[in-house]
Amino acid sequence: MSRTATQLATAVRRARRDATAEVTVLADRPDATVVRCGHVVAKAHPPGTDPAELAVRLGVAAHPRCAGILLPPVDGMAPLPDGRMVTLWPYGEPVAPDAPDAAPWTEAGSLLARLHAVPVGELPGPLPAMGGPAKVARAIARLRAAALPDTAATRAVLRAWAGLPGWARGVDRADGTNHTDRPDGTNHTNRADGTNHANRADGTNHADRADRGERPEARGLCHGDLHLGQLIRPRATDWRLIDIDDLGLGDPAWDLARPAAWYAAGLLAPEDWERFLGAYRAAGGSAAGPRDPWPRLDVPARALTVQTAALALAKAAAAGRALDEAEEAMVEASVRIARFMEAVG
Amino acid sequence: MQCPKCHAPMHTYNRNGVQIEQCSGCRGIFLDYGELEALTRLESQWTQAAPPAPPGAPQAYPAAPAWGAPQHGHYGGHHGHHKRGFGHMLFSS
Repeated sequence: MSRTATQLATAVRRARRDATAEVTVLADRPDATVVRCGHVVAKAHPPGTDPAELAVRLGVAAHPRCAGILLPPVDGMAPLPDGRMVTLWPYGEPVAPDAPDAAPWTEAGSLLARLHAVPVGELPGPLPAMGGPAKVARAIARLRAAALPDTAATRAVLRAWAGLPGWARGVDRADGTNHTDRPDGTNHTNRADGTNHANRADGTNHADRADRGERPEARGLCHGDLHLGQLIRPRATDWRLIDIDDLGLGDPAWDLARPAAWYAAGLLAPEDWERFLGAYRAAGGSAAGPRDPWPRLDVPARALTVQTAALALAKAAAAGRALDEAEEAMVEASVRIARFMEAVG
Repeated sequence: MQCPKCHAPMHTYNRNGVQIEQCSGCRGIFLDYGELEALTRLESQWTQAAPPAPPGAPQAYPAAPAWGAPQHGHYGGHHGHHKRGFGHMLFSS
């Protein structure tokens, strides 16, 4: 158990006024620690989480407009002794990790459609930007920090990254700055080793061209980090979206892009992809357009392919292991993206 | 940028990785230098990569991007063997 998990367990026992209550650790990673105590789950947010932004996101999750879509928080809590922000949530049953075939793709699609339809003007503000693009930048920073040998896989991921428009790399076109910096210094994509220069160092010249790609006009409330770990059932049949760390304003297509990237890599079965996309559209979701979804999904799906492949390479290297089959498929997809970027100049 | 024909504003779109400007009024399209060639190259790559399906071929798969895995629309049933190792990825950022 990490020190954060120990502090979190003590804090949640104190909040329940039961010093001996049983506490289970649900997740204990550098970026998120989650413990369960009876019906309540306590989450320590990533180091460097902006308290004001977290407060707005909490307000959104608690807002009546998001009822039945986002899990509402139980309460706020004082930060941990190590400074980590803590939030409390009702416990819910997660998606069974050993039964991906039973994954609730239909529910995921319709929950996202309803989230994207929430009128942003009625929510608490100022709503922070959706955290998706900054996450891609952090994954690339982690890959660079791992200083892996210069292999075809690493090169392809960096080239696929360089081919993304600025907005999808967390670079603001208007002022040329990026919003991926974290006060705790976990972020390494500052201007010195930063994204713009790196494009040229990678031997490509797509950067200027790619930066021209305009930020999509579609703006709405986005989850920012959808995967099957983000769905829970507080009651038997009612699924809700959880994890508000990346919730915010952005292109809703981003929320469809991780399943899209899995499908494009040949990992997600076509029928699962169709169920997810079909349910999204049937519930009124418009981020994928009415027909071919790829004009809208292409950039975010490339971004999430790059993010997944970069993290896979960095994690496998840190653990001294080879890529597994799924990770290999995401790296192969990055190789095809890099080749494709070359073909289109 | 304004449309040279009807003067309505033009918007940039990404079509399969190529940036094109389309007029919001008359829907006309403006291509920068080299973009037509990029589209032509892309088209020839596409036709080389995906020959027309023979009669009686398996049912069509949902649309996939140009950089998608080659098994899309070619041989069905190949997704199954990925799924076992895919489980953990479904649940992680």
